[in-house]
This record gives sequence, structure tokens and C-alpha cells, in this order.
Amino acid sequence: MHPVTLEGVTYSYGSGELRRAVLRDVSLTVAEGEIVLLTGPSGSGKTTLLTLIGALRAMQQGSARVLGRELQGASEAARVALRRRIGFIFQAHNLLGFLSARQNVAMALETEAKLPERQRLAEADRMLAAVGLAEHLHKAPGQLSGGQRQRVAVARALVASPGLVLADEPTAALDKASGQEVVRQLRDLARSRGVAILLVTHDPRILDIADRVVSMEDGRIVSANRPAEGPAA
Amino acid sequence: MTLADRIFLPLRLAWRQLRAEKARLASAIAGVMFACVLVFMQLGFRAALFDSATSLISAMRAEVFLIHPLTMASFRPEPLPRARAGQVLALPEVMQATPVYLAQSTWRSPEDGSRRTIQLIGFDVEAGAMAFTGLEHVAAALKQPDSAAFDLRSRPEFGPVQPMLEALGGRPLPVQVGNRRLDVVGTVEIGPSFGADGNLVLNETNFHRLVPERPFSNTDLVAIRLQPGSDIAAVQAQLRALLPQDVAVLTHPELVAWERRYWETATPIGFIFGFGSLMGLIVGMVIVYQILFSDIANHLREYATLKAIGYGNGYLSRSVLSSAFILALLGFIPGAVASALLYDVIGQATFLPLGMTLDRGLTVFGLIFGMCAAAGLLAMRKLRDADPADMF
Repeated sequence: MHPVTLEGVTYSYGSGELRRAVLRDVSLTVAEGEIVLLTGPSGSGKTTLLTLIGALRAMQQGSARVLGRELQGASEAARVALRRRIGFIFQAHNLLGFLSARQNVAMALETEAKLPERQRLAEADRMLAAVGLAEHLHKAPGQLSGGQRQRVAVARALVASPGLVLADEPTAALDKASGQEVVRQLRDLARSRGVAILLVTHDPRILDIADRVVSMEDGRIVSANRPAEGPAA
Repeated sequence: MTLADRIFLPLRLAWRQLRAEKARLASAIAGVMFACVLVFMQLGFRAALFDSATSLISAMRAEVFLIHPLTMASFRPEPLPRARAGQVLALPEVMQATPVYLAQSTWRSPEDGSRRTIQLIGFDVEAGAMAFTGLEHVAAALKQPDSAAFDLRSRPEFGPVQPMLEALGGRPLPVQVGNRRLDVVGTVEIGPSFGADGNLVLNETNFHRLVPERPFSNTDLVAIRLQPGSDIAAVQAQLRALLPQDVAVLTHPELVAWERRYWETATPIGFIFGFGSLMGLIVGMVIVYQILFSDIANHLREYATLKAIGYGNGYLSRSVLSSAFILALLGFIPGAVASALLYDVIGQATFLPLGMTLDRGLTVFGLIFGMCAAAGLLAMRKLRDADPADMF
């Protein structure tokens, strides 16, 4: 079973005469361990698609099966429960400023019923070490560089061993070197854990990490190709 | 998530968030502390009013009392026939019945001659019906014609009676009360009330010399002492059956409640202090609400992020409520300490029985806790604005 299977997803904002369709009959599949880049101009529906797959919005029309859970008609509680199995990486790191790096990462494990505190912190430390931040466990986000903060966000997204990672422009606020470092680590960790990644980006510098590049326009998928360079190793 | 985790983890998140912004935390604590002090003061004054109003009655050593049914408060009594004090002796359980006379007169300060209204309390000073501190030392001297004992806890405007007595080396201090010269032969301790700033204790004969217009056949209150081991409720019922309807038969707690009820219902004072407490709570709630509301508004992205990564509304609501409870606790502790100090200062200045009690401490803690919880519940509505979909 694929982590993501969309069939005929249609979504509109507004109502009556102001109703505007942003997704029109979108169908898409993301396989286990696959890295899919979602591109397209502003307003093409990429972000709305990401929020629907991430169970951040209620579905309107069509079917979205994410990590084995049908989102059409899913309750709020069911969507919250599903979000705990998805890793999120935002354009701005969105770390909690009053928590240290390890506390931020451990927050992604606090919703887990079984893990005791010590184990949560140990997992957080291990994940931060994996993104090269072992020396910065106790620093607050304000004490880290932009690239380091985004790596903390990557660690937070992956620490709960999600089946799917959704990322929105994770390199937009980073310089070239930092951006490449973040996506390289994201790719390596995802590959080693068999995690599917759906990544919205306009950044041509990171196309080479993708297995597939899906282009959207006016709420429709217009192409789905392997990048010219082929999937990253 | 275990029940302990469901409580502890949001509480810890709330504490970390509060602690991170120390200036904001300090202002929130100051706000709660302010509300706390305001409520403590209002409730303290209210209690002092009732305690002082009933201090005379509380000092009476009797189990059952007779008063006129129309008497509203002891400082303004309706007379009842003195003969009722003799009638109650018909019951074998009654050991003693002491008529008590109450009136107000004008005291002229022995220091500067200024005039103030003073409460006169007349009774058989050797009957043992009153437990005023110091009474036993002056009881014999009070039997002398035109002698009186001054209440040491009267307001200072009555003059430095105690030092003047000491200066006289045991001789009485001559004073003017009404149109008569009296000798102050000693002191007792009763305390001022909202009805009287000072008290003067007299033997009943001297009371009638001082207030001749009051017929001897009428009294204001009868204090009845029962034989040890008597059933107070049964005696009360017997007395009600025995006596005519021109007297009300009350137990000691009922008489205290009677007096309190006057101040609570027949005067605006009880309402004013109650309203003051409410105002304090509302001001405190607004302060805490604004702090919590702006905290949520300033951290909306963080809350939305938490929602996005799988935190439910329940967890975040518990975190906001935890913030409210932490503020309640941190504001209450200094508020209670400051209030205790203020009670001391104001008590010394006003001679009112102001003091911190466990009951009041728990009541105010409950009120402050409720106030912060209400503020937290109101502020929680802002959490709805944290939309995880906006994070992308």
C-alpha cells in the first residue's frame, strides 16, 4: 500500500459566486521511500494539496488515502491522530522559541503514549546528532543559525519515525550551502528509514534529490517526470 | 498518554513558556497579586466589621439571651421588661439571669476636652456574665458610686486614659460623661466597632445614675447562664413557651448571627465590601485574561505548529489553563504575604480586629484560582485562531 494515494481530489475556497476551485480532479500516488517534488507557479494548488495530504484541512471531493487512512469524511480527532504519523517541515522553521533544540525535537514524541521522558530525550538527542547538531542540544532556536534551525526542524519531523514527510519550501530562507546541507540530510535520513517525502519547492538547486518532479498549474497536475539528472543516489 | 502526563506535560509547557518572558511573567504576577491584595483587604474589612460589631456579644459569658424582637443591633436596642430576667429563674436549668443596659453618651476627653460618642454598658459587674479582659480586677471598684472602667482598645481620640491612670498611681481619673462626672477606676478590653468607637463599663446602678431617663424597669438584653450540662436547645424551647411574645429567646450563636445580619442586610456596608471584592476579582481577571490572550496571540504560530504535528485542542487548552493556574499560585503567595502585613498596619491604625485567617486565606485562594481559570477559559477561545493549515 502506498503512503499517499489521491483520486479525483477537488478543493475550492469561498462559496457562492466567490467560490474558486484551487484543486481540480487531482490524482497522485507516492510510493514508500519515494521523494516527490511538487512544483508550479504560485496559486497552482501545491500548498493546498500538501495541507490536504497532511490532514490539516477537511476533504471536500475525491479520495485521499494517507498512511492507510481515508481522509474523506475523517473526523477532526482522526486527522489529529494521523498528523502524529506525518513529519512536517515548514518554510519558517516554526520552532518553539522558549524551548531548547532537544526539547523542540522531543515535543514531536510527547504525543506518543508509551515513551517515557528519558527515552524521548534520548531519541531527540540521537536525531539531532544525526543532523549534525550534537553540540547544540541545549541551545534555544534564537542561538542557532538559519540552517541549524531548519536542521532541528528536520530532526523534529523525523524523530517519531513517520511514514511520510511533508515539506514546504524548506530551503527558501537558507543560503545555497545551508539549503543543500538540509535537503541532503533530509534525503539521507528518509532513504535510510524508507520514508516517503513530498516536498513543495521553487528551488532549482534541490531538484536533483527527487525521484519524481510533479508540476501543477491551475489546480491540475500537468506533468510528472523524473528529473533530468535522474534520482539522487 | 497517562492521566499524569495529560496534566503534567501541558503544565510544563506552560511554565517553560511563562518563564521564557520574565518581564511579562513579572507583570502578570503583579496583576494577580494586586487582585489578591484587593480581595484580601475587602474581605478583611468585611470580617473586621462583623467581628467588631459582635465583639461585645462574643464577650458575654452566657448560653441564652433575651432581646426585644424589634432590636436590630446592640448599639440601638429596643427595651424589654426587666421582669423577664426574674421570670426565667423559674426554670431549674437557669443558674443566673443578668440584665444588660446599653446606651450611648458623650465622652469628654480628659486631655483636651473634645467630645466623642461612647457606648455605655451597664450590668451587675460581679455576676460574671461578661468575659471582658481585666473586668475581674476592677469589678469591686466599679461598685463605688459614679465609677466606670474604660475600654483600653477604644480609639485614641478618647484621650490617653491608660497613661493618665498610671500617672495617678492608683487613684481614679475624673472624666465627664454626658452631664455627669465619673471616676475611671480601671480599664477593660473590648474593642471598637462600627457602631461605637469606644466603650465604658459601669455597674448597673451607676448606669442608671448616668442615664436617668432610662427606667429601671426596662433593660436592653438579658444574659442567661445555665447550669452546667443543660440542654441549651431544650431550655430555649421552654423559655419561648414560658415567656410572652415581647422577647426573642436566642442562643449565643443566634445572637451573634442576629447582630451580623443587621450589618449585612440593613446597612450598605456588607454589600460595599462584597462589591469591592467582586471588583478586585474582575480587575484581576481582566489583567490575567489580557496577559494570557496576548501570550496566545504572540505565539499563535507555535500553537498552530503544535496542532500541525499532532497536538489536539485539549492539550493546548490544558496548557493555557495551566498558565492561568501558575499565575494564580505565583500571584497569591506574595499577595497573601503583603495582605498579612497590611492587615497588621491597618489593624494598628484603626483598632479593628484585622488579621489573616486560614479560612480567609483558603477562600481568597479559591477565588483567585477561579478568577484565573475564568480568564484562562476566555483566553482559550483565541486558540481557535491557530490554524495548522496556515503553516504551509
